Amino acid sequence: MAKPTFAMYWAASCGGCEISLLNIGEQILAVDAAFDVVFWPCVADFKYHDVENYPDDYIDLCLFNGGIRNSENEELAHLLRRKSKTLVAFGSCAYEGCVPGLANLTTNQATFNAVYDDCISNDTTRYQQPQVVSQVPEGELRIPVMYETVRALDQVVPVDYIIPGCPPEAHQISAVLTAILSGAQLPAPGGTILGAADVALCEECPLTKDVKQITRFYRPYEISPEPGLCLLEQGLVCMGPATRGGCGALCPQVGMRCEGCYGPLAGQDQGARMLSAIASVVSAGPPGMEEAAQAAAIEEAMATLADPVGTFYRFSMAHSIMGRAKTVDG
Amino acid sequence: MQRITIDPVTRLEGHGRIEIFLNDEGDVANAYFIVPELRGFEQFCVGRPAEEMPRITSRICGVCPEAHHMAATKTLDALFNVEPPAAAKKLRELFYSSFYVTDHTTHFYALAGPDFVLGPDAPPAERNILGVVRKVGLEIGRAVIDARIRNHEIIKLIGGRGVHPVAGLPGGWSKPLAPEDRAHVEEVARKNVEFALFSLKLFEDVVLGNPAYRELILADTFTHNTYSMGTVDANNYVNFYDGMIRVVDPEGNEFVKYHPRDYAKHIAERSEPWTYLKFPYLKGVGWNGFVDGKQSGVYVATPLSRLNAADGMATPRAQEFFEQFYTTLSTKGANGRYKPVHYRLATHWARLIELLYAAERMLELATDPEITSPHVRTPVSNLPREGAASVEAPRGTLTHHYWTDENGILTRVNLIVGTTNNYAPIAMSVKKAAQSLISKGTVVTEGLLNRIEMGFRAYDPCFGCATHALPGQMPLEVVIRDAAGEELQTLSQYC
Repeated sequence: MAKPTFAMYWAASCGGCEISLLNIGEQILAVDAAFDVVFWPCVADFKYHDVENYPDDYIDLCLFNGGIRNSENEELAHLLRRKSKTLVAFGSCAYEGCVPGLANLTTNQATFNAVYDDCISNDTTRYQQPQVVSQVPEGELRIPVMYETVRALDQVVPVDYIIPGCPPEAHQISAVLTAILSGAQLPAPGGTILGAADVALCEECPLTKDVKQITRFYRPYEISPEPGLCLLEQGLVCMGPATRGGCGALCPQVGMRCEGCYGPLAGQDQGARMLSAIASVVSAGPPGMEEAAQAAAIEEAMATLADPVGTFYRFSMAHSIMGRAKTVDG
Repeated sequence: MQRITIDPVTRLEGHGRIEIFLNDEGDVANAYFIVPELRGFEQFCVGRPAEEMPRITSRICGVCPEAHHMAATKTLDALFNVEPPAAAKKLRELFYSSFYVTDHTTHFYALAGPDFVLGPDAPPAERNILGVVRKVGLEIGRAVIDARIRNHEIIKLIGGRGVHPVAGLPGGWSKPLAPEDRAHVEEVARKNVEFALFSLKLFEDVVLGNPAYRELILADTFTHNTYSMGTVDANNYVNFYDGMIRVVDPEGNEFVKYHPRDYAKHIAERSEPWTYLKFPYLKGVGWNGFVDGKQSGVYVATPLSRLNAADGMATPRAQEFFEQFYTTLSTKGANGRYKPVHYRLATHWARLIELLYAAERMLELATDPEITSPHVRTPVSNLPREGAASVEAPRGTLTHHYWTDENGILTRVNLIVGTTNNYAPIAMSVKKAAQSLISKGTVVTEGLLNRIEMGFRAYDPCFGCATHALPGQMPLEVVIRDAAGEELQTLSQYC
């Protein structure tokens, strides 16, 4: 019997998803044995035109990591969707834009200005921004146009499954691959989450909640949190309540707040959910306090929350209710 | 004019691209190595809290997130003007040494190894880690996987996560090393030392013992006489975590030694309209184009350049191999220093010597009485303003520079990442490889891709940082066109 076919591709990503996949250790040899690898640019020598020549639905399992930042990313998304029976958005970039999605808070022009004009280490005798078409003595050169907005894979093509995380933790990748290799029935496709929990990170976090209220937030360098206790209740903006579990609550266990890299829970907006979690932890003052004084106390507490947008949507900007910051021309 | 396009992807974008122009005689007129993408961390980090940079900038590169995490963490020390406790610095360096072991291991076995173990002319389909395992035995494959896994466990233990660690804070580290975990770290370090010695022996047997490979290393095609950069400690020995930046000229004389915060006094970046990546060069020499020599500000920042810029290694076994390296490939100059080695393929040997140093340093730190001290944070008491710092990333000196408002919100960010240092040298290596294979209109198609790729691979370019190709696995396509622009032939691999 022919082996099932496997493909993996990176679009706008950092390579960490591939490294995490390699961190499943010797199981990678089992994957290599069970699947017929038909496209995996980082490991094996296959050509794009090979993929183009495959019949539609030829690839049984395609793991797609990276967001959609330029036309090549977009084109490959369409091609691999057409050729794959099962297309998986693998990791936070493909799922929801991830850290590169923070670029949606600015513009390409501002980025170019920061990098090529107003930069302390630039050659001050010349200021030169990249040009899509430029002339060199020997002829003409072209570079691609960057898209203004970073998009998630499912904003370009339909996605069957999602494996969240920046990157997905190796034990979760391993569990999903084990299930697939054993022939287990996967849940119905349609953007279904695999390799993660259905509940908030707090549910798997070993730190103790005290139902304690706070009067201000702290930046991570401002306090040394008490070991063993909930970080949010100590004033650190831990994204646990607004974030899907599955990683094993790794960051809080080394005293660092959850950054939210597994994305929101089903049907939720990560920032909106976090705001409500924050509302429940901020003290409105002692009972009987006047309403105006209460409002002032809450406002004071909220003023200590640094960069809410970049914190709440560190990973989920592409899917956020904001989408992107408005540019001047709308 | 004829044009040859070497394109990683048939659709030009996303990765790297090489355009080679031939002149009327059919010789190489020029070669352009184009990086076609920019992600713009410098701009979208503005507005973010500075202390998040170790966790934001690690996402520049999933292959070397530890390097960005550490450069950012040290930049926060500078920004908040806070001195971490000695135990925190040791713990950071222990973490960083373990990272170096896994990173250099991956590069040598998965990326460089195939060229030497299987030979540079083996078909691309065989020149991979699986081919190496087939040739030298499954136990080596297991040993490589083990080395990666055990060090990623240490990275996770100390840094919180195996990929994209989180523990770096201004003034220290979020969690001390528990005394009960220390023995395991020591055991891993001991295994690492053994593994590094084994790897150096393998290199000696397979590469140095083979006259054909020696000849390849010494070939002019892979030689460039440039300045060398590296971080050195107080004794001018190689250091990855901290020290002064030392640059030596092509003859091995110290050109400049500076504190990392002063980088902008010594390094400038040149922009070209045809690429998104900038070309750093030595300000004190100036930009004179993509050329070798003392009059050219082009410098390299690689394992080879770090050895060239230093006077030795700080650990005993690594120092033995340092001596062997230079007595084999170089001689001492009038200044008493070994003359720099400029054979780019010797970078692979230098990388293994660094692997041994990292393992030995890890062992020293794992057995340091202070390493389990609970005192790993100095409270921050100063207002932030501006800070710059660097580490040696495996692929070159990595500099971060932040400016903030008085609340520590970033107002400006500058980054010079490891591979960027080597952009001009890589472009020069590409051109030289092309020149050696294209003459009077005759394109030696066989081996062109291999040679260009080997030229690349010596630098271990991490265009993961810029173009997403994992180090070394550079997807390449060569389109050969006649003078009228008609396509004659196409060669490609990894795309």
